[in-house]
Amino acid sequence: MNFELTNDQKMLQSEVRKFAENELAPLAPEIDVSGEFPKESIKKLAELGLLGIFIPEKYGGSEFDFVSLAIAIEEISRACASTGVIVAVNNSLTAYPILQFGTEEQKQKYLPLLCSGKKIGAMGITEPNAGSDVAAMETTAKLEGDHYILNGTKRFITNGTEAGIFIVFAYTDKELKHKGMSAFIVDRDTPGFSLGNHENLMGIRATGNCELIFEDCKVPKENLLGEEGQGFYICMNTLDVSRIDIGAQAVGVSQAALDEAVKYSKERVAFGKPICKFEMIQNMLAEMATQIHAARLLVYNAAWCKDAGIKRFSKEAAMAKYYAANIAVDVTRKAVQIFGGYGYSKDYTVERLYRDAKILELYEGTSEIQKVVIASELLR
Amino acid sequence: MILSEKHLAFREKLKEFSDNVVAPRAKDLDLNSEFPHDLVKKMGEMDLYGLFVPKKYGGAGLDTLSYAIAVEEVSRACGSTGIFFAAHTSLAVAPIYQAGNESQKQKWLIPLAKGEKIGSFGLTEPNAGSDASATETTAKLVGDEYIINGTKCFITSGHVADVIVLTATKDPSLGYQGISAFVVEKGTPGFILGKEEDKMGLRGSITSELIFEDCKIPRENLLGEEGDGFKIFMQTLDGGRISIGALALGIAQGALEYAVKFVKSHSISNKLLSRQQSIQSTIAEIGTEIEAARLLIYQAAELKDAGRPLTKEAAMGKYYASLIGMKATNTAIELHGMLGLTKEYPVERFIRDEKLMEIGEGTSEIQKIVIARQILGK
Amino acid sequence: MDIIVCIKRVPQTAEADVTIDSSGKDIEKDRLSFDMNESDSYALEEAVLIKEKFGGTITVISLGHQDTEDTLRIALAKGADNAIRIKAEDFDELDGYKTAQILKSAISDLNYDLIFTGCIATDDAYSQVGVTLAELLDIPHASLVINIDTSEKRAHVHRELEGGLTEHLDISLPALCTIQTGINEPRYASLIAIRRAAKKEIKVIGKEEIEKENLLLNTQIEELFIPPKTKEIEFLTGSPAESASKLAKIFKEKGLI
Repeated sequence: MNFELTNDQKMLQSEVRKFAENELAPLAPEIDVSGEFPKESIKKLAELGLLGIFIPEKYGGSEFDFVSLAIAIEEISRACASTGVIVAVNNSLTAYPILQFGTEEQKQKYLPLLCSGKKIGAMGITEPNAGSDVAAMETTAKLEGDHYILNGTKRFITNGTEAGIFIVFAYTDKELKHKGMSAFIVDRDTPGFSLGNHENLMGIRATGNCELIFEDCKVPKENLLGEEGQGFYICMNTLDVSRIDIGAQAVGVSQAALDEAVKYSKERVAFGKPICKFEMIQNMLAEMATQIHAARLLVYNAAWCKDAGIKRFSKEAAMAKYYAANIAVDVTRKAVQIFGGYGYSKDYTVERLYRDAKILELYEGTSEIQKVVIASELLR
Repeated sequence: MILSEKHLAFREKLKEFSDNVVAPRAKDLDLNSEFPHDLVKKMGEMDLYGLFVPKKYGGAGLDTLSYAIAVEEVSRACGSTGIFFAAHTSLAVAPIYQAGNESQKQKWLIPLAKGEKIGSFGLTEPNAGSDASATETTAKLVGDEYIINGTKCFITSGHVADVIVLTATKDPSLGYQGISAFVVEKGTPGFILGKEEDKMGLRGSITSELIFEDCKIPRENLLGEEGDGFKIFMQTLDGGRISIGALALGIAQGALEYAVKFVKSHSISNKLLSRQQSIQSTIAEIGTEIEAARLLIYQAAELKDAGRPLTKEAAMGKYYASLIGMKATNTAIELHGMLGLTKEYPVERFIRDEKLMEIGEGTSEIQKIVIARQILGK
Repeated sequence: MDIIVCIKRVPQTAEADVTIDSSGKDIEKDRLSFDMNESDSYALEEAVLIKEKFGGTITVISLGHQDTEDTLRIALAKGADNAIRIKAEDFDELDGYKTAQILKSAISDLNYDLIFTGCIATDDAYSQVGVTLAELLDIPHASLVINIDTSEKRAHVHRELEGGLTEHLDISLPALCTIQTGINEPRYASLIAIRRAAKKEIKVIGKEEIEKENLLLNTQIEELFIPPKTKEIEFLTGSPAESASKLAKIFKEKGLI
């Protein structure tokens, strides 16, 4: 553990910050209103190598580490939470499981596409009747000759409308419970695979969130990821990594809220002085800054574990995600409070940040699920 | 959390000391308001008082992170021993190491670092708590001596200290600029031990009033330059906040450990408490917050070792660790139910001990003002 | 085409609260963030564009303290081939002339067809180093350049003048241009380029390598201060209708309408 960032991490941070401030932040309010997926931004992010941050160079990635992943996602999310999660899903929910569990052929075929942004990635776990309880999923995959036949519906899929490559979980043997679950790489143009409703969300509105529908969808046998029955393990292993991302996204959203609040509190005058001179306001700013700093360190801590090759870091990842999401909701609330009535207006960024923060407590494992994970480790 | 091999090994050593030597004494020290002379001596033998002090001054030549780990581990078993340790090291050893000249270091730093002498720090006064510029204790230079007059209160280890680092002003109307730091030795004529506080927690530590009536000290007992006092104690407090943070953290960790042990061995309606989700939820929250506090404090320690600015980070660590420490100790009692309020279980001692952490070395309100100033840029 | 780009690491003061330090001759820099001077980043980008067209090498050079190496590394990541830091800690006080003298000495052994600098540093705003360096090297220069078209021997450059005028110049190489912002769109460094640049060595030279003659200090800062407030900004509060009527009242009072 070393709290000081390395040279390349610091450079990555300053370049991504600049890019995000100049290129992503101006678009953020627009795509929040329109719900339009930021295709142009994604193209630019691909050119910089941000769609395959920790993927080895031989597969078209940038070959950085997981602390760098966290830094990049934080900086992107600070400018635009929608773009932040799009990048996170591409990196950690799609490229990561292929890198970790894919065959050499699968890696060579799919990773360069994901890193270059030629195809966007998405992951299908959640179903209408299976959220936190992953094992309750109903989607099935039946092997018939050279193909698995997938049937079922996935819901709330980030990047769904734009993705070309999907990691989809389904039961190959429902009897075996979670040991009968398998993971598949599904191309967008696979026959029998279609998109359902586009979700109209409260926050992160430009993320192409939609339903995936599989009707006798014929997935080639060689697109099985890992082994049959390994799906649940792949899912949990991947979520450990993606919780670093979501923690980082939460830190980014929170930092943006604090930055806005600090700036505003220096400009806004009430009772004859800038409101930052009032200890009530200073109090809130100090709490926010402390919470953000603590969350950032928890996120780095989980990433350090991953970088150090520690296999079991579920507790650290869950702590990072749970805490960062929790404080993001609190910090954005305080930011709106500091803005007063203006904070409730769409003319000010904090209104969007407040809405963007809520999802952080829900996706990739609700806060309650994170706490179950943490408690089970602490009570072992 | 990932620590270097060196720090991991150090933690293991301290854990063993804490569990086997400190923990068995904690209850009695609290009940009898007994100062732990035995533990004080043992910690000296283990070279714990000069962890970040070079070997040539009697230290161990390690770093601030090791020191934070040590305070955390000792406090995990006993807050009273922890506060003695933290005050002696951060408030007496550190300022003499940082601001003392060579002969002052030879004279006081070496015996303090070795534990041959006990140190203490006199800052707070009846009318100067959070606002140190209100210091009323005066130091007048007459010939080759400073004559000190005034009263200091809430001084940790005051009655047992051999060496006291003291702040005093040449003129109270000068505010910060008038304040200088001095070293006063036990037994100096005019240095009178006032009343000893009877406290809610940390009852095994000594908290004293110190009275100075025309107390004459040699001119060479001035630390740094005249007027440096404010600078010296601000620096001292940055380091002090790391130690109080580590102390709050250790108490919180101790409370969590007792709570975990309790819920794993008690059931309600034939179901172990640890199997109940509402209890899991609480344990997860505290566990996460303790980990966050630990990261904040260790980072501040690392900044100190790197010689980088740490005012914001140290204040964050102290504020946050004491905040979540109160929550952790409170929850630990709740998880014990009525048993938590009895002296049969240690958790009621933990909450009493922890409360000081939100107050000592800058209240939480002061920490938040320090943090806000740092982020507002002025 | 070999190009030298002189860059400077400057504090980002646009949105910061600037305060004067205890010397009274500089600002407090503890809490400020630092970055490549704005017009220098355009100068670097222009060099990279020319290199992409004609080949050759780019050397970036900066007179600065240790942390300047971060900025030089970013330049390497954006397309520079070599980087040199001249230790600022070896030279006490600096002004434009002395800086130019030091740079001249440091680059006298290097091959170059073009030297680029930014047209102005955002911290001291002297605009001296580039043109003084050209004079010391005895090569032609063009300042405030907004367009460059080079061939092997000559460069056709556009200069931005006051009042919307543009001056077209034809200059022989080697030459020095001080580059104006807006001449191009500086790129961001890709992650791979960053990773490679992080491993590259930066050549560090100190006073031993610099000619000591002529290191004169022609100007010295006497005092730096924040001018006293002369006017107060008034914020008009209330609903749009209320603030509009307040504004109209002020216009009327001042005789503007």
